[in-house]
Amino acid sequence: MNIHEYQGKEVLRQYGVLVPNGKVAFTVEEAVEAAKELGTDVCVVKAQIHAGGRGKAGGVKVAKNLDEVRTYAEEILGKTLVTHQTGPEGKEVKRLLIEEGCDIQKEYYVGLVLDRATSRVTLMASEEGGTEIEEVAEKTPEKIFKEEIDPVVGLTAFQARRVAFNINIPTKLVNQAVKFMMGLYNAYIEKDCSIAEINPLVVTGDGKVMALDAKLNFDGSALYRQKEIVDMRDLEEEDTKEIEASKYDLSYIALDGNIGCMVNGAGLAMATMDIVKHYGGDPANFLDVGGGATAEKVTEAFKIILSDEHVKGIFVNIFGGIMKCDVIATGVVEAAKQVGLKVPLVVRLEGTNVELGKQILAESDVEIVAASSMADGAEKIVSLVG
Amino acid sequence: MSVFINKDTKVIVQGITGSTALFHTKQMLEYGTKIVGGVTPGKGGMEVEGVPVFNTVQEAVEATGATASVIYVPAAFAADSILEAVDAELDLAICITEHIPVLDMVKVKRYMEGKKTRLVGPNCPGVITADECKIGIMPGYIHTKGHVGVVSRSGTLTYEAVHQLTQAGIGQTTAVGIGGDPVNGTNFIDVLQAFNEDPETYAVIMIGEIGGTAEEEAAEWVKANMTKPVVGFIGGRTAPPGKRMGHAGAIISGGKGTADEKIRVMNECGIEVADTPSVMGETLIKVLKEEGLYDKCKTH
Repeated sequence: MNIHEYQGKEVLRQYGVLVPNGKVAFTVEEAVEAAKELGTDVCVVKAQIHAGGRGKAGGVKVAKNLDEVRTYAEEILGKTLVTHQTGPEGKEVKRLLIEEGCDIQKEYYVGLVLDRATSRVTLMASEEGGTEIEEVAEKTPEKIFKEEIDPVVGLTAFQARRVAFNINIPTKLVNQAVKFMMGLYNAYIEKDCSIAEINPLVVTGDGKVMALDAKLNFDGSALYRQKEIVDMRDLEEEDTKEIEASKYDLSYIALDGNIGCMVNGAGLAMATMDIVKHYGGDPANFLDVGGGATAEKVTEAFKIILSDEHVKGIFVNIFGGIMKCDVIATGVVEAAKQVGLKVPLVVRLEGTNVELGKQILAESDVEIVAASSMADGAEKIVSLVG
Repeated sequence: MSVFINKDTKVIVQGITGSTALFHTKQMLEYGTKIVGGVTPGKGGMEVEGVPVFNTVQEAVEATGATASVIYVPAAFAADSILEAVDAELDLAICITEHIPVLDMVKVKRYMEGKKTRLVGPNCPGVITADECKIGIMPGYIHTKGHVGVVSRSGTLTYEAVHQLTQAGIGQTTAVGIGGDPVNGTNFIDVLQAFNEDPETYAVIMIGEIGGTAEEEAAEWVKANMTKPVVGFIGGRTAPPGKRMGHAGAIISGGKGTADEKIRVMNECGIEVADTPSVMGETLIKVLKEEGLYDKCKTH
């Protein structure tokens, strides 16, 4: 789960990580009011969307007076920002962060991520702040320093100090940087983060170590114990179909194509998208109905797939292991009737009670094209959609 | 022969009184698995499906001599159940549970260092040795005894591969689902090594997916150590970056973990990779014929 930058900074503040003073604004008036309250000579108007690359897309502006704050707020609120992380359709800005400007001496990068190879949380840092870490990793990997963290003792002061010296934080500010990194680590652990990235971390003219930006992502599996984080969820930033799917415990991800896919199991669902593409089609979605799909779940899955107006055909690919094919077949027929299906439907069933399942499909009055294998099903749906 | 489990493996079920666990306990017993006990705190002394229930894993192990456990405990408590299995010095703990918080698993992995227990999973279908022992949630009937090992990060893709093999008359030794989470116990290399040492396994299918670099590391290991042919499949060629595709671990992040990169490295290391999931079986058969192993692997 993602949250906005201003929310991330609120979380970090609780852990003693220094961030600039700032306020969220939903309207132009609120933006101007917030700037007045801050009372600084310069303030920054920052678009709040769940995507990086906002600066380059014109979503971050430095205002030298209240008139400029107004102008920039008017310009950015309601604007659709297209960045390398939003996709071509972009994201509409509905919230702004109005923040005090600061005198930046130098920008750094500090991040915490899970290293899958070692199964440990790893601190990464670089003095190439402001640039994406992937880019630094590619061009100047020697400028990235890493510390693997033992979960028993957590991030130790000596590790944070070593990193601070390695990335050339001015000596008199090293202790502040250590406190910063340890606060960041505590937030990561206590809030069940999956990523905590500060890019840039800045050293200011008045000798402070601050988080100028904050990207916190959270482990979806741990949300049951993170109420405060769940309350920060902004549903407007998420795909409505994905939200609807999550209510029914369906795993759905919207894609750009026109062939709706309904599959059981994440691996098979991915492989189904791949095989549709292999035969020249374009999948409209990833959808895993899970191992214990019921007729109700299948019906909801159909509704969600069809709520995407680009969908011109549906491919159902089920390997019924524990889940019986006759149950799925009944669900598919029921769902097709309920939603008044108007696009071609190809069904591939395999597994427990497959003959019974095929019989149910054949005897129903819904028009269903049966497929004998995944490949056959993919070929058929691609040719039907045309 | 087989890897990890066989007809003599004595198994306990952690969380046995839950509805999913009960259902699968019945299925495992029907397959012939030696389920000797179950554990649900507070329900010790009960009996379900003819199996005695204990309050703690330690008690269950002392009473039954079990060496393996399967965990169906809800996600919020599953990490603790794994720790309990490790503490009881079981040889094998298989965790089916999905959605265990990642940081819980980071601690579990740290706790397991230097301990004897092998963890398979979490978020996996389990392990099955055809016609001998089924521990997990996979449909037993698709498996037939034979000489091909299967290792996979995905449940349903494992079923797909096994089904294709069985249809083509190629039996299997053991199928191991290592799970779709970013932090898991047994990895590809552990299983490949076990198959390499198992005299009954002549060839292996390895099924991976986007996210992480476990497939690349396994491919390098195969190149350096494996004496038996390995074929592969990677799911998620068309997955968009930055999105978690169902499995917690199936995500392309920072340009790392793409299917194309995995396939490239696997090919370089001598692993033939099936173009589509429909031809995993065919691809293996082709390689078996090239290696002169087809007749030895054809079981029915």
